[in-house]
This record gives sequence, C-alpha cells and structure tokens, in this order.
Amino acid sequence: MLRFTVRRLINMVFVLWAVSVLTFLIFMVMPGGGDEQAALRIAGRNANEQQVQTVKREWGLDDPFYVQYADMMKKVFTGDLISYVNQVNVREEIVRGIPRTASLVIGAGIIWLFFGVVFGVLSAVYAGRFTDRALNVLALIGISLPVFWVGLVLLYYLTDRIALFPPGGYTELGEDPVDWAYHLILPWFALSILFIGFYSRVLRSNVLDISNEDYVRTARSKGLSERRVLIRHTLRNALIPIVTLFGLDFGAALGGGAILTESVFGLQGVGQYASDSIGRLDLPPIMGVVLFGAFFIVLLNAIVDILYAFLDPRIRLQ
Amino acid sequence: MSVETAPAPPTGAAAGDGDVPLVSVEHLKVFFPIKQGIVVDREVARVHAVNDVTLSIAEGETLGLVGESGCGKTTMSRTIMRLIDATEGTIRFRGDDITAAGHKQMAPLRRQMQMVFQDPFASLNPRKRVGQIIGMPLRLHGNSRNQIEPKVRELLARVGLQPEHINRYPHEFSGGQRQRIGVARALALEPKLIVLDEPVSALDVSVQAQIINLLDDLQDDFRLTYLFVAHDLSVVRHVSDRIAVMYLGKVMEVSPSEELYTKPIHPYTFALLSAIPVPDPEENRRRERIVVSGEPPNPIDPPSGCVFHPRCPRATDICREVEPPLTRYPNGHLAACHHPLNVSPEEIKAAIKDGTSPLSCGEELPAPSEGNGSRPSADRQA
Amino acid sequence: MSTTEPAAPASRPTDETLLTVEDLEVAFATEDGLVEAVDGVSFELKAGEVLAIVGESGSGKSVTAMTLMGLTRSPNARFSGTAHYEGTELIGASEDELRRVRGAEIAMVFQDPMTSLNPVHKIGDQIIEQIQEHEAMPDQQARERTIELLERVGIPRARDRIDSYPFEFSGGMRQRVMIALALSCDPSILIADEPTTALDVTIQAQILQRVRDLREETGAAVILVTHDLGVVADIADRIAVMYAGRIIEEGTLDQIFYDPQHPYTWGLLGSITRVDRPRPERLPAIRGLPPSLADRPQGCHFRPRCPHEFAKCPEVPPLESRVEGAPGHRDRCWLSVEEKRERREVRPGEIGLPDKEEEAPAA
Repeated sequence: MLRFTVRRLINMVFVLWAVSVLTFLIFMVMPGGGDEQAALRIAGRNANEQQVQTVKREWGLDDPFYVQYADMMKKVFTGDLISYVNQVNVREEIVRGIPRTASLVIGAGIIWLFFGVVFGVLSAVYAGRFTDRALNVLALIGISLPVFWVGLVLLYYLTDRIALFPPGGYTELGEDPVDWAYHLILPWFALSILFIGFYSRVLRSNVLDISNEDYVRTARSKGLSERRVLIRHTLRNALIPIVTLFGLDFGAALGGGAILTESVFGLQGVGQYASDSIGRLDLPPIMGVVLFGAFFIVLLNAIVDILYAFLDPRIRLQ
Repeated sequence: MSVETAPAPPTGAAAGDGDVPLVSVEHLKVFFPIKQGIVVDREVARVHAVNDVTLSIAEGETLGLVGESGCGKTTMSRTIMRLIDATEGTIRFRGDDITAAGHKQMAPLRRQMQMVFQDPFASLNPRKRVGQIIGMPLRLHGNSRNQIEPKVRELLARVGLQPEHINRYPHEFSGGQRQRIGVARALALEPKLIVLDEPVSALDVSVQAQIINLLDDLQDDFRLTYLFVAHDLSVVRHVSDRIAVMYLGKVMEVSPSEELYTKPIHPYTFALLSAIPVPDPEENRRRERIVVSGEPPNPIDPPSGCVFHPRCPRATDICREVEPPLTRYPNGHLAACHHPLNVSPEEIKAAIKDGTSPLSCGEELPAPSEGNGSRPSADRQA
Repeated sequence: MSTTEPAAPASRPTDETLLTVEDLEVAFATEDGLVEAVDGVSFELKAGEVLAIVGESGSGKSVTAMTLMGLTRSPNARFSGTAHYEGTELIGASEDELRRVRGAEIAMVFQDPMTSLNPVHKIGDQIIEQIQEHEAMPDQQARERTIELLERVGIPRARDRIDSYPFEFSGGMRQRVMIALALSCDPSILIADEPTTALDVTIQAQILQRVRDLREETGAAVILVTHDLGVVADIADRIAVMYAGRIIEEGTLDQIFYDPQHPYTWGLLGSITRVDRPRPERLPAIRGLPPSLADRPQGCHFRPRCPHEFAKCPEVPPLESRVEGAPGHRDRCWLSVEEKRERREVRPGEIGLPDKEEEAPAA
C-alpha cells in the first residue's frame, strides 16, 4: 500500500508538471496567444504602444518564457493567478464553479451508472430477443447523438415551446433543493444518455462472456438460483471493468470535461469557465482549469486502481 | 568410493563419441527475477527455473525431456531456441556458442531450429489459411510464391493431410490434424532440430498414437533431431533414444530410453512410472508403486541438498545436506541420488561422478551399503 | 466426533439402483442443421459403484454427464429419453426440481480446475455457499464443516487456507477444492468430468486415490468421464465405452480389459503405452478420425475406421449381450464372439487393431 501511494504521488506530480508545461507551450506558440496578444488584451483595445509596454512590464510579459512559466507556477500554488481578460482571480472562479460542476456530474454519474448497468444486464439476460434489440437501438442512439445537440433540442422543446423546465441556469442547493434539482434534470439527462448507451453495451458484452465461463457453470451445478448466480457470480466479475471505466469518465467530467453540457445549459461550472477562457485565449484560467482537471483525473485513476484491487483479489495479492 | 570424475564429454552419454553434438548446454541456469520496491524495483527473489543443467543432443537422436509442471523443461526448451535468455551457462549449436548471440548471428540459425507447440488450438492463427500458416516461414526466408505452394502441398501430404485442404482455416480441422499442421510448419524450412513442447498432451489418447508414429516416420525421412518435452513418461517412450528426467530445475536422471523403464534408478523416476496406471487391472493391483505425497515445492526457494528430498520416501540426512552429483552407471545411465534403486553393489562401486553434474553438488558418491541399490519389495515386471 | 458432520449416509445397499438412464438423446440446433451429440444412451448406476464413461472428443460423454445435471439446457438444445433419479425425472424436470438435486444429490467436478472456481471469492465461501443453499446451517457451523472437508481431501493447513483465493492454489489443489465442494452436501452421485486430464501424472495419481478413498468413506456412486482407459483401470467397477454418441460396449472392469468385444475398444486398449512391458515396434493407432457430429455413417458409426468391417455393418448393431453367461456385458458389434476373440489379438497377448498400410484420412 505504501509503495502504491508513493508511486502514485510521484506519478501525479510528474503528470501535472508535464501538463502544465505543455499547456504553457501551446499557448505561447499558437496564433492569437503569446505575450503580445495577452498584453493587448489586458491593455484594452484602444491602448497605445506605450501602455502596452507598461502592461508587459507590470505583468512580467516581457520576461523570458521560462521565467514566466516559473512565475505562473508560483501563482498557481499561492492562488494568485489573475485572468488577463477581466482581472478576476482564477482560483476564486474555479471554486465558485465547483459545486455546479459537481452537482451536474455526480447526479449524472449516478444516473448513467444505474441505468447503464440495468440496461446492460437486461440486454444480456434477454440476449437476442426483443428487449435486447430495442435496448441496442436505444444505446446506439444515445451514443451517436452529440450532447450539445441533445441539449439544444431539449431546451427548445421542453423549455421554450412548452415551458416544462427552466431554460438553463443554476440554483444553489442550499437555497432551494427542489429548484436545484429542477434546473438540473435536463442537463443530467443530456449528459447521461451517451454514457448509458456506452456502458450498457460494455456490460452486456461482459455479462455474456462471463456467463460462458467455467465457474458460472460450477455455480449453477451447486444448485444456486439463477438470480444468485447472476448477482454473486456473473455480475461480481462483469462489473469490475465498469469500475475502471466509470472512474475515468467520472474523473474527466468532474475536472471540467462536461464542457458542452455546462455551456449549453448555462450552468457556469468549471467546464463552462474552461470553455469561455479558451474562447478568449486567456492563459491563466486555462492553466488553472487544465491543472484542476488533470489533478482530478490522476486522483480518480488512483482511486479506481485501489478499488480494482479491492474487487479483484488477484490484483491485490501479487 | 572413487571421486574420479568422468570428463564432461561434449557428446554426452551414449551418443556417437567424437562427433560434435548438434546442440548442447553447459551448466545452464535460467532465473527469473521477482521485483519489488517502493519507488524503484529491486530484485528480491528469483525463480530458479533451470538450475545448472548440462545436456547434449547428438545429430539424428531424440532426447526426451520429462518432468512435471515447474520442473523447468519448457523453460529449457525455449532457452535452447533462444526465445528466452540464459542467466548463466553456455548454449552451443554445432559447437558454436550462441548463448549471447545477437540477431545477426541467430538469423541463419533459426532456419535450423524449429518448434512445435503444445496447444493445437492456440498455436495456429485462426485468421490465416493453412497454406499461409505453413508457407509463412518459407516466405520470411525469401521464397517466391511459385516455389512455396508446391512445397506446402508436399508438406501437407507428408504429414498425412490432404493437399486439397490447403485453403482451409484451422477451425475446420480436428486437434490432431491441427497438430499435424504445426508439424508441417516446423518442417517447412528443413530444420536440423525440432523442439517439440508437449506436442500431444492436448490430444486424445488414440490420436496421440498417430502423431507419435508420424513424428517417428518423419525423423527417419528427414534426418531430424528432436528434443521432445513431455510431462509423462508413457508418451516419450516411443520416440526417444535417451530420456532426461527433470525436477525443480535440475536433472535427476538421464538414461538410454528403454533402460529407464526397466531399470529406473532415481526414486523420482520410479514415482513417475508408478503414477502411470497400467491398463491391466490385475497388474495394477499387483505392482509396486510409490505414490509421491505433497506438491512440487516453490522454485523461488528450492530445498537444500537434493531438491527432491522433501517428498522422497528414501530420503535421509545426507539428502538434506548434500546435493548428489550426477553419478554415471553402466551403459551411460546417469542418476543424481544418494540412495539409488535398481543397481547392484558392483555397479555402485564402479560408478563415477559425471562431468555434467551441477557445480553446486557434493563429491560423495553413493555407497554400496544396506538399502542402496535394492529393488523395491515387489519385482517390477521387465 | 464433530457436530458438523452430516448425518451418516443412510445405509445404501449396493444393489440399489440410483440412476436409470433410458434412450437419452441430446441434439443441438445449429446453422448446419440438427446435430446429435448423444444418440440413444442407456445405462444404470448402482449405489456405491464407479461407472466410467470412456470416449474421445466428440463421443458425447461430457454432454451425457452434463445433461444429467441439466447443464446443457439452452434455447437450441433438444432432449428426449429419460433419466430417473430416486423418483425425479431429470430430463424434463423443472428448474426448481433441478436446483434441489444439484449439489445436494448429484454433484459434479469439472475438467479444468484453473477456471472452475470463481476467482474473486474465497474458496471457503464458495463451499459454504453450496452448503447453506441446501441446508439451513449457521455460518460458524458451515465453516467448520468446510474446514473438515478440506482436510479430508488433503489440503494442508485447511483452517488457514479456507480464506484463500483460488489463484493462490496450484491446479492439483484446486481440483481437491472442487472435490470438497462436490462432496459438501453428501451427494449420492458424484460426476467427475475428466477430473485429472489437466494435471500432472503424480498429482493425477493422488487425486484418483483420494476419490477412491472418499468413495469408500461416503458410499457415493461415481460417474467418471474420461478419454483415458488407463486411468479407469485403477478405479472403475463398470465401464461404458462411447463412440460418436452411442455406447458401443459396456461391462465390468475385468470384462472390458480382459474380454473386450468391440473393435473400437481394442483400438483404445492397443494405443495405450504400457510402461510395464517392452515397447512395441510401432505404437498401434486407430486410423482415421471420429466422425463429425453432423455427418455420421449409416449403421455402425465405427465402420470407416474398422479393419474388420463386413457386410452386416451398414445395419445399426443393437447394444446387446452376446457373451455367454455375462448379461451385463453388452456391445454393438455384429461379429460373433469367437471371431472377436480371435481377431483382437494382433500379437500374442496384445489386444489392438491391426496396422493398415494405406493411409486413410488422418486424424
């Protein structure tokens, strides 16, 4: 356990460092990025040359790039990253967005995991029959529809044509739980249908494979009920890969990966913040969000590995 | 008790003296490291898969290599083929040292050494046609398509299959037929040495007989040399000239093949023979058998002295302390045991330590005293 | 005497017939049509007896064994015939009835010990699960019973190892666990499907010895399914030889080994290497291949491979007793008993099939 933790920590440090360097470099070389543009953006549209130079000096934009990088990293740790565009503190913005992203992702995660598993099991148990085929079609639809399109269509039909749901936006949980949920129903749906489709297919395939394993046959030969065989033997093994999958998807979404959903529904979470910053080519928040996301992914990755060892003793007791 | 050591002849026991053997290994060790560590992996233990083995195979001969799971026979066969790297020791092909040979040196040699694998279902690519599978080695070595097809058909016929089936897929054949395809593939480049790794274990008994007969015929026709690896003594009997019995990485006994069955010297060999039921109920009831208790121990931590001593019904103190040398008895029959079976006191007195003994063994040879050399209580039917 | 021991097996007179299988047929619907795996198999099993069903791949022996437990049921399987076990008709039984019988009355040990145990559950839990399914027993008691079972099958330090996982055991040990599992509810019938094929020879000997001892102790009847006649010589009371879905010979151990009546049996006996005799010039083999399931010859299925085929063979030979005074020794060969006894000795004292010079399609 010690060895595992130490290795993961080293791994995390390395990944975050690599990510930060890459982000920085990309920003520096891309058109629209770099010091000039940043300075211009800060100084404003009507600034003259001298003002731009002043800005550069003040913001350290005329320093060599490795100095800028070191400086930025320092600011990341102290929480002093400031946006080029609107001088807002990045850390504060991210912190403000976290509960919104979390509400969306955790809620959607529970939904997609639950339905993914249920549909997957149903498809496997009724393999080849109507239920399976119907679910197959639904799964493919879910996988193929782009989430932003689904979001827009939902918004149009269910909030505009018929005002069944609020047209985007977010209410604090503490303020009004019912309203909070009410605002999130459509986003939850939009975000989960892709994953439900995907997970149900994966699970179906796993369950069918494992049903043919010798140990499932042994379980039946013990006189156990089909239900018990399904749950304690088949699913117990078939769900293990799902854990890995879920950990990674969840981690990515939590770290700001649900960009499209957040933007379409105007949830102002971390994802939307990322999207906006990228649009404005605003390096500090980009760096902040990227590191935030990377951190979550590495963390979830580690948690998933621990969980995996917990679920599969062969991994645990090397 | 003489401590004279027979020189380790490059030819090994009972092979044509004076000829360079086709393939030989000297004091071969193959260890697999087990790594652990917090930040950096360090080697904490090793699996002693092959633990100081010296053997040679003369051209045209068949050496049967027998032992149970974990004895090192598969590792050894793959190391000889240079699919695995040796940890220590020397491997020679026709006298040339190939232990550390690089790709360039090995490339021409690979034509001459081919392998037939155990699992006829897994060793053939299910997506390729039989003709492609057999023709692949020929293609890799630069033959053109015109040359390949007739050769492949000829090979199919040689191994007892129908040349018309050249375009079928592996799943259209039975296990025994697939194994024949594997043999045809091995023959494609006309090698000198074929290493057969348990080629019949996965087949039904009556099909085993067919494949063994085929291998026998092919050996004469193509002048092949075989290293036949098996876990069971009944299978190697028909094809082998000599048989080596391995246990936990070490050689227990080497013998001209028939003599191993009529006069097994090492108790482990005797146990292996006992374990094979004879298809004769009365004889089964009557015969003397040793049923070995327990399981083979861990090759990570082999026992001291004679590696078989924890399970051996004849073990004494010396067996625990001193590793027995490979002792040479008449007829080129070697056995590494302090309390051998089936040898007379005269034979024991005349025995010498063989040069192929592991370097870690003791110098003491068995004494022609009570208990040594005795036959087990019921005479074995010769 | 521990309180966890199952009630002593009700004394079973060895004459009692436990299982009667009559005209069992199992076919599977495939794209190539109806494939008959088992083609009219009948046999009886008495209490305490060891019946060996011997045959090669494709003979239908495993399908027969698994059908008794209802493990071959699937949407494309077709069954006919009966298998009576103590008042229950197994072939048409409901799932509930089958579940009651499985594990508790009839238990099975499968071929590959490496894959037959669930890798994520402890071995003790897997045995306890079966015990508790069939008997209302508190956890602690079930645990004690399991430890006892593991000790009986020869697992050292059973009290510790009960909490180990399957992958921590070697193949031989896992097979012992499977045997312990099978015996845990004191079944009347133990079906072992090639239990030792995947194991080393010395471990094989140990396992067979263990099965023999346990049979003595518990009085269970054993159906041993194997392709290896040698293994059978150690342990069987009666043998049924199957070929291409049919039983082609059955009899007692001595009858089959010392007075075999069917050429296929001769071939099987002949192709076994005897380590206690000098080796023959050539290993006698049965030429050719077993027929594919979908495409069997008319009449006697063994015809294409039989050197003794003659005019009557295209007619299906019924399974009948032809030997005087041996009503239990039945076979499916039209040859007279005298002809059989003459033809089966290819060399003095050696039973087998004569070598053929010309090459038939190879196996």
